[in-house]
Parts: sequence; structure tokens; C-alpha cells
Amino acid sequence: MSVTYTHAEPSIADGRDYIALMKPRVMSLVVFTALVGLLIAPGHIHPVIGATALICIAVGAGAAGALNMWYDADIDARMRRTAARPIPTGRLTPGDALAFGITLAVGSVVVLGLLVNVVAAATLAVTIAFYIFVYTMWLKRSTPQNIVIGGAAGALPPVIGWAAVTGGFALEPIVLFLIIFFWTPPHFWALSLYRTEDYARAGIPMLPVVSGARETRRQILLYTLLLAPLGAAPWLLGFAGPLYGVVALVTGAAMIALAVRVRLTTEGHGPSKHLFAFSILYLFLLFAMLLVDRVVAAWGLFGPVAA
Amino acid sequence: MTITSAVMTEPANEQKPAPLSPPLVGEKEVGIRLTEQQQRARRARSIAIALALGALVILFYIVTLVKGPGVLVRPL
Repeated sequence: MSVTYTHAEPSIADGRDYIALMKPRVMSLVVFTALVGLLIAPGHIHPVIGATALICIAVGAGAAGALNMWYDADIDARMRRTAARPIPTGRLTPGDALAFGITLAVGSVVVLGLLVNVVAAATLAVTIAFYIFVYTMWLKRSTPQNIVIGGAAGALPPVIGWAAVTGGFALEPIVLFLIIFFWTPPHFWALSLYRTEDYARAGIPMLPVVSGARETRRQILLYTLLLAPLGAAPWLLGFAGPLYGVVALVTGAAMIALAVRVRLTTEGHGPSKHLFAFSILYLFLLFAMLLVDRVVAAWGLFGPVAA
Repeated sequence: MTITSAVMTEPANEQKPAPLSPPLVGEKEVGIRLTEQQQRARRARSIAIALALGALVILFYIVTLVKGPGVLVRPL
């Protein structure tokens, strides 16, 4: 009787590869927006429990990133922007990435449920599942609406943060969800306008690949026109103060101006790159101002805002 | 079928342990020999897993103290 043993090449992946697998830049935005949802929620949460919630949300986001890289390793290898990721470069095997992602996903949801509350844990589970099964496995390769619908996963962290404190949902976190949801298309389509060849080579049906640059520019403007008033909604609805309102109106107007420039452009990628870069700053400023607004209100400079 | 366990093929070095040889099937070596880089990576991963598990134990301990004896009795 003969026995044949086969071995996969032993991994040379180190900590940096596993950190890269968790998409740390996306994770930082997720943690920041979740922190805002957590801090503007009414009621009290013990700092240790709050920190635990944020760690679980961060790990859950990392799990989603790892599972996304596991599933998309084939198209990542064909795109310049993603070819240096740990799986396409061979530093990590797909199996290792899958095991890592599943472990973190289950671990983050279970710990959040045990130590914080079940509503927040269930919302985190839905977020991870939506990102993997709906966005990554289904929409991303099948429709130009991929990032529009899939953007819901990226918009849920402030809702999880809010649920960690209150154990439920309310209008405020839903408004924050809508801001991120409507921010996602102009942000990613601006990027895809100057990465069209990359997406086409990978066979991803992003809007510029399927419908062309002209239609993408039109859609960017339409979504930005919806986004700007939504950005001011926290002030209009009374859960953010005038300081937030001023910043939201000014930066919202800047977003529209940049989107108009993109719309009027026929050649060159300058306006798209400017819009992409500014959109990151825009979202950061809106959420940072919600925090500043809370601090200002707590010090009584503009009077208390509705909680 | 004869399978022998992994054996040391070189005299043990007191300063630096020799790498494990692959297991033997009869007279033939099967399996793999880890390179120095692979051993370093495996050690780093093992330490990371140990640290993560330790952090989880400490986290559960602290949260239990924070929540008090009624840690499992709470509303949704």
C-alpha cells in the first residue's frame, strides 16, 4: 500500500499581511463613523463597553475585508490597484484568508452579543453578511448598481454604534446611514472614472465600463444633489447645532461644485480625482462636526441640542 | 506501510536548535522542511494568536467586573 502526502507551500505571511487583509483604511472609516453613532446616541454606555463595541465593529469590518479579498482574489490579481494584496502576491493562501475571515466574523459578532447587546451584534452580522453575500458574491460582478446597493453595508456602522448604546434604532442613525449611502456612489464612481480600464480588465461592470463616462458623470451629479441636503439633515432635523449646519452647507456646496465640474468635463481626469479626494474629506468633516457639535453643546456655547 | 516519526538528522546544536526533518515513509522523506523565513512567520503567527486569546480573556474579565454579577441578566 502506498500513501501519497501532498502539502501546500507553508505560509510566509506575517502580521502585516493579515493587517492588509483587513483593509485598515476602510476599517478606520468604519470605526470613526461607528464612534460618532455611539457618541451621539442618548443615554450612557460604560467606556469599557463602548470600547468593546468599537473593537468588535472594527474586527467585524476586518473580517468582511478578509472574506472579500478571499472571494475576489482572481479579479484583484488583474487590477493594478489591488494586485499587491496578500493573496494575489502569494504571501497568503486563499484558505488561510477564508479561515481568518470566518474566525473574525463569528468572533466579533459573538463577543459583541455577549458583552454589549444582541441588537448591535445582529446588525453587525447583517452588515458582514450583506457585504459578503450580497455585494461581493452577487452584485459586484453582475450589475453597475453594485456599489449603490452594496453601499448599504458601509453605511451601517453608525447604526451599530447607536444600537450599542440604546439597544435599538431611531431616526438619527438612519439619517447617518442615508448620508453614507448616498455618499458612496459619487465617491466610487469618481474613482472608477479614472480606473475604468482597470475595472474593464477585471470584468467588473462598474458604471463607466457598462454605460460610459458621460452617463457616470450625470449620475455622480444626481447623487451629489441628493447627498448635499442629506448632509445638512442632522441640523435641519435638530439633532446637530448651527456649527454643524454651516459646515454641512459649505462642504455640500463644494461637493456640488466639484460634481458639476466632473459633469462638464469631457477629457482628462483632474475633476474626478478632485471629487474623489474631497468626498473623503467631506464625509470625515460631517461626522467630525457631529462630535464637535456634541462637545460644544455640552459646554453650553450654543445651547443644548436635542438628543 | 511504515511510517516513522520525525527524527533529528543533525546533532543538536546547543545554541540554535536544528530544524525538524520531514517525516520518513520507509527510506523516503515525505513532507516539507520549513525554511528559516517560514519558521519565523509561523512563530510570529503563533505569538499573535496567543496575544489575541490573552486579550480576549482579559476583556471578558474586565467586562464581567464592569457589569457585575448580573452580567448574563440584561435586557436586549
